[in-house]
Amino acid sequence: MVVNPGKGDRLWRGIVIAAPYVWLLLFFLVPFGIVLKISFADPLVAQPPFSAFFDWSAETGGKVLATLDNYRFLLEDKLYLVSYLKSIQIALISTLLCLLLGFPMAYAIALTPYPWRNLLLLLVILPFWTSFLLRVYAWMVMLGKQGLINQMLMSVGLTEEPLQMLYTDGAVYLGIVYTYVPFMILPLYATLERLDLNLHDAAADLGARPLQVFRDITLPMAMPGIIAGCLLVFIPALGEYVIPALLGGLDSLMIGRTLYDEFFVNRDWPLASAVAVVLLLILILPIMLFQRLQQEAEA
Amino acid sequence: MKRSPTFLYSVLCFGYAFLYLPILVLMVYSFNDSRLATVWGGFSTRWYSALLENDQILGAALLSLQIAVVSATLATVLGTLAALGLNRMGRYRGRTLFTGMIAAPLVMPEVITGLSLLLLFVSLQELTGWPGSRGANTITIAHITFSMAYVAVIVQSRLAAMDHALEEAAMDLGGRPFAVTRDITLPLISPAMAAGWLLAFTLSLDDLVIASFTAGAGASTLPMVIFSKVKLGVTPEINALATIIIAIVSVGVLVAGWTMLRQQRQLAGEKTKP
Repeated sequence: MVVNPGKGDRLWRGIVIAAPYVWLLLFFLVPFGIVLKISFADPLVAQPPFSAFFDWSAETGGKVLATLDNYRFLLEDKLYLVSYLKSIQIALISTLLCLLLGFPMAYAIALTPYPWRNLLLLLVILPFWTSFLLRVYAWMVMLGKQGLINQMLMSVGLTEEPLQMLYTDGAVYLGIVYTYVPFMILPLYATLERLDLNLHDAAADLGARPLQVFRDITLPMAMPGIIAGCLLVFIPALGEYVIPALLGGLDSLMIGRTLYDEFFVNRDWPLASAVAVVLLLILILPIMLFQRLQQEAEA
Repeated sequence: MKRSPTFLYSVLCFGYAFLYLPILVLMVYSFNDSRLATVWGGFSTRWYSALLENDQILGAALLSLQIAVVSATLATVLGTLAALGLNRMGRYRGRTLFTGMIAAPLVMPEVITGLSLLLLFVSLQELTGWPGSRGANTITIAHITFSMAYVAVIVQSRLAAMDHALEEAAMDLGGRPFAVTRDITLPLISPAMAAGWLLAFTLSLDDLVIASFTAGAGASTLPMVIFSKVKLGVTPEINALATIIIAIVSVGVLVAGWTMLRQQRQLAGEKTKP
């Protein structure tokens, strides 16, 4: 800063930093502390439906009432372990499928000359702006017993009876890939766009086979985009609620859905909080990795 | 991979068909006369008229629009301040935590954000008596919180790509930081702020999970009404509603994208002039 900061300048600087900072502290960070606190409480039939953390009454003189019961229950009841494992499995496989579809698409876009490239990019971004919920719903129309796909299959005689496609795990995979593939394509495109095609020519001139060029040059150079894209798909997919709730069957247990039901159907707030804390613990490594990447990109 | 990537372009075509076919099918079926939503019974606009008479859906749409406008506007203010705080204010204590709190909401599963905000509101009410009832107010706060992160990221990337020379020149000439921000920086980042507002607006309009957690018993936003209807299966009225929403959003995004592209070209054109 060239001018000596005066009182007004310091005030402005204070507002710029403090206003969003305080907001995020209050509405983003503090709530996690409360979730953590309530995950150690007992469920009560009361308003709010959980016990206090401390007993402030005079006779006990402030006693900690925390309990590990909720976490014990998470370990004992198979439902939760199965939900966590299945969520991880579904999120991992969907991420891989997104990569398999997204990489060639991003590469093809990066090879397309302007102005067509802008149009292709816009077509990737457009679904991102249109309603997530409605795009998931669109697959209910496609996959149902009387849906378009079943009608087509039956009209060409590939199947007599309509296939059960909706309300299966397959539909959940499809829904996740469908809604999250733009998140994979965009970071991939950003790295592939900067790829120097001369390197490919050089490698090819030196006798490298196309697959070798891809493995030794394209892939390593695209790695930051691959990692960013995978994290952007994996992290939200792991906690997904809408897709398994609309497209999945009763056995398509994903932890986001289990948490939601625990909260809204069973009204067990402490247990739902414990489920959230464990989910956050699973996610903390990928989220920190994502943060590191963001900071590196920023620098 | 050779320069004639037939394989790449086949995947690209398949990818776009995959992305757009379900939406197109949904739009076509919204004009289907049959109540069996997926069996074609002739062209009709009856579901659009039914929609106009559905007070529940119209009321929810109005509430969602109100929440979206207010939350997008406040999120743009706070998100822009956050971007300035991360990009133009140098070093200060707690900056790392700030960066983390901006990036984390982008990937945080909605169920966690929703649950944690609801528990915050419940605890606050116990302590202070505020918020007296949950509804549009609590949903709006929740939406501001997650969408300001998106605004901050968009504005920040614009700030990072921007030439500092103008701001530095203004400072050299004695401009006060606030005046420099108001007269130089803000006009330059206004397209990014507009994009951020639009994104915050659509995110708010679309959110189901966080709104479900933070809404009280009385308030139902449009996604909450849609979800409660489609959970039971395909609903023709929702097909019509989806067609309207998707058409409006697509036209809006295309117009906005085209305008921004033209502005960029104009700016680029000015730069190349001597």
